Amino acid sequence: MMNIPILSLLICVPTVGALFILFTKSTEKYNSHKYISVFISIINFILSIYLWYKFDNSNSSFQFVENREWIYGFINYKVGVDGISILFVVLTTFITPLCILSVNSTIKNRLKDFLVAILIMESLMIGVFCSLDLVIFYLFFEGGLIPMFLIIGIWGGTRRVYSAFKFFLYTLLGSVLMLVAIIYIYWISGTSDVEKLYEIGIDAKYQKILWLAFFSSFAVKTPMWPVHTWLPDAHVEAPTAGSVLLAAILLKMAGYGFIRFSIGLFPIGSDYFVSFVYVLSLIAIIYTSLVALMQEDMKKLIAYSSVAHMGFVTLGIFTMTQQGLEGSIFQMISHGIISATLFLCVGVIYERMQTREIKRYGGIVEVMPKYSIILMIFTLGALGLPGTTGFIGEFLILMGAFKDNFLVAVIASLGVILGAAYMLWLYKRVVFGELINEDLKNLVDLKKSEVIILTLLAIPSLYFGFYPEPLINTVEVSVSDLIDNYNANLEIYMANKK
Amino acid sequence: MIIDIYYVIPEIFISLSLMFLLLFGVFKKNSSSTVYSLSILILIISIPLILNVPSTAELLIFNESYKIDYLSNFIKILIVISTLFVLLTSSQYLKSIKIYNVEYPILILSSILGMMVMVSSNDLIVFYIGLELQSLALYVLASFNRDNVLSSESGLKYFVLSALSSGLLLYGCSLVYGFSSSTNFSQISLNYGVSTQGIIFGMVFILVGLAFKISAVPFHMWAPDVYQGSPTSVTLFFAILPKIAALTVFIRFLYTPFINLIDQWQTIIIFLSIASMLFGAVAAIGQKNLKRLIAYSSISHMGYALAGLTTGTNEGIQSSVSYISIYLVMNLAFFSCIFMLKREDKYYESIDDLSGLSKNHPLLSFSLLIVLFSLAGIPPLAGFFAKFYVFMAVIEQSMFFLAIVGLLATVVAAFYYLRIIKVIYFDNEVEKYDTNHSIGLKLSLIIATILILTYFIYPNSLIDFVSKIDLV
Repeated sequence: MMNIPILSLLICVPTVGALFILFTKSTEKYNSHKYISVFISIINFILSIYLWYKFDNSNSSFQFVENREWIYGFINYKVGVDGISILFVVLTTFITPLCILSVNSTIKNRLKDFLVAILIMESLMIGVFCSLDLVIFYLFFEGGLIPMFLIIGIWGGTRRVYSAFKFFLYTLLGSVLMLVAIIYIYWISGTSDVEKLYEIGIDAKYQKILWLAFFSSFAVKTPMWPVHTWLPDAHVEAPTAGSVLLAAILLKMAGYGFIRFSIGLFPIGSDYFVSFVYVLSLIAIIYTSLVALMQEDMKKLIAYSSVAHMGFVTLGIFTMTQQGLEGSIFQMISHGIISATLFLCVGVIYERMQTREIKRYGGIVEVMPKYSIILMIFTLGALGLPGTTGFIGEFLILMGAFKDNFLVAVIASLGVILGAAYMLWLYKRVVFGELINEDLKNLVDLKKSEVIILTLLAIPSLYFGFYPEPLINTVEVSVSDLIDNYNANLEIYMANKK
Repeated sequence: MIIDIYYVIPEIFISLSLMFLLLFGVFKKNSSSTVYSLSILILIISIPLILNVPSTAELLIFNESYKIDYLSNFIKILIVISTLFVLLTSSQYLKSIKIYNVEYPILILSSILGMMVMVSSNDLIVFYIGLELQSLALYVLASFNRDNVLSSESGLKYFVLSALSSGLLLYGCSLVYGFSSSTNFSQISLNYGVSTQGIIFGMVFILVGLAFKISAVPFHMWAPDVYQGSPTSVTLFFAILPKIAALTVFIRFLYTPFINLIDQWQTIIIFLSIASMLFGAVAAIGQKNLKRLIAYSSISHMGYALAGLTTGTNEGIQSSVSYISIYLVMNLAFFSCIFMLKREDKYYESIDDLSGLSKNHPLLSFSLLIVLFSLAGIPPLAGFFAKFYVFMAVIEQSMFFLAIVGLLATVVAAFYYLRIIKVIYFDNEVEKYDTNHSIGLKLSLIIATILILTYFIYPNSLIDFVSKIDLV
């Protein structure tokens, strides 16, 4: 079975589908295109499940590796997955079909272009998680800017132009330094192949500066405080499906990048900057939680909560403990599902009321009981209630943090409380209370399609909340191997220093 | 001598057919479209003629004043092919604005004849003759739409400023000759020995003259006005061909007579490169006219091409040549799009005219989208690889300052490309444009867009050719 280039297939199928849609005409009012793209993305999802099923948990090396010459004697097209990346691939293929399904009347014009953009985006995102060559990684990482820029800019809200530009230029600026670093790594190590670089390592004296260059890119993408300001704008203006992709997958590219490249390639650099990352993460957790409390726009509130949650992720990654890293990966997957659903939920009532202002709502439980139940599940998931995936992620991260630094862990725990505060308060203001606004009385509860989408998202969130084994098993060996490698590198460095 | 002639058959062929066309045009009335088609045919025939010239080893002919090597042949092919596409794209435009004259293709042919002499020259005098031949034709071309004030103005401006730069160049040449007692490139580097002051003086003048030809900052002032005023087809020619030729001459000068002065010229080229990249990026932001904008954008692109030359290595030269090749394709595609913005023989060239283009012309705007992102250097489009190769070469030499400034300039430049995309995709539509374009125009747009879009699948296609350039 190893002969089928399954990863390349995963990367190519959506693009091929996009091309097909681009060059065909839809009959009967655009719907056929939507179903074609759902069909394509479901095929991709099945492929990725098959990949996960075939994946060998007990092995930490890269699997399903494909290595082809791309630029002679220079860069190879190399893709492969290990326990860490495979989960993100599955997450991407899982979210995309739901994302396409959720596209409805909100995107009236140019549905075809929208579907093409989303499918190409899927290809690029899968590419990011699979690539095992720095240059290929950069190609996918940056290529994603083009469709996302168009998604925000064409189908976004009133301030879409500003947000699209901000998103694009912020991310581009961050990534440019990474490109310099990638090229420099090529010249000092003679290869840009990640697997080989893991083996030979990178000279210690360059690691700090290279780490910073990569950090500049990932910090913007994560986003970390103080370069997070593009995210609320982008989220608020993007159409629902765009916000979902952005929150669920795009932000995870950076977290993944931290694990794969910052820690994997520059252990000494990472070790040197641990406290720096801690401080930024803590500020992100506490400060953006407080900012989230004060938001009047629902999408903005969830966007700020994303920044806070990603703060937990970066904190967990740099604890460099088994629990912390696993927790971070878990938190990313969980946040991918939960924030995606929250954006979809906001999308549901926005579509009916054309407003996201929290003040305009209140007491909708009376008219939308089903909606209120589902929103409840995900609100609790977002604040990390035991029994949801959110809890396991945060719990593991805090465990890892306690192991490493008591003070950091205590401050981070405060973030959990603040998280509960803003989420519950949001829920209270929107769902409970008296139904004052007259317009709300005409609200229709969830349609069948919406129930299906939201339930499909609720299932993994609850299932893995009660039974995290499958996810943890998948990442365990890879993570422990990464940490061993990290510690071994540090020991050698310390020994040399003495 | 007879054998030497064998190696310059392409040049001889073009000059003979040029004279034939001139006579043909004079004696036969209303022959402009025949002449136009014939010149396309001449270009097509000259491709195999150039390929026929052996290029494996370096050949010095005509008393060592003319050099045939891989680089010269590669650039000649590039020149001929891009001229071919320039002619294919612009025929309809020329007809519409009523300058579809016999002289037009003839001037273009004589200009590229000059360029072919330039890129092969191995002697100051041969080089100067080639340069003047191409420039004189360009002066006329710039003011070809003589009833238009802007066009006449741009021709005159270009003439005056270019004459000034040629003067500087000639002064530099005479200084170099005076201090090395030879006009031959290979001899110059052998002759000047230890006392290099005089040579450096001459070299600076030569570099200034050349920088003027490729419109590198601070010798760029003519570019925006000339680009805007000239007929669009001539602007396209300006944006591509003189730059290829002048950049090759840059390579020739820097790596043959002045190779030993690398410490001196490196600083100059780095300055030219950084200044062009930054100035081009910043100055383009405020532009409203597409042709003016592309003038500034080409200034900044020349900065990147020069960045490759600063390295003093083969990789650097190769990266510059591949940069200019990709740049040529992108410009061709961009101008093809501009040629398509017309309503009933009136052509539009302001950014606002693109407003909401995507709603009425989805495919045209898709090509523009690809071209603009590629010009901005966003992966996985061809423009990214152009920059990537250059920065590979630059970082190999540990010139981080140049690399970082260059890449930051791409972020600034991305802003104005994005602004055009914003106008195309996010704004409200204006009236529809005509869709009855000539086949040549459609064909070149399609070919260029596909090349840009699919370059990443097989990047070796260009590298295979470029990597054979071996000068150092």
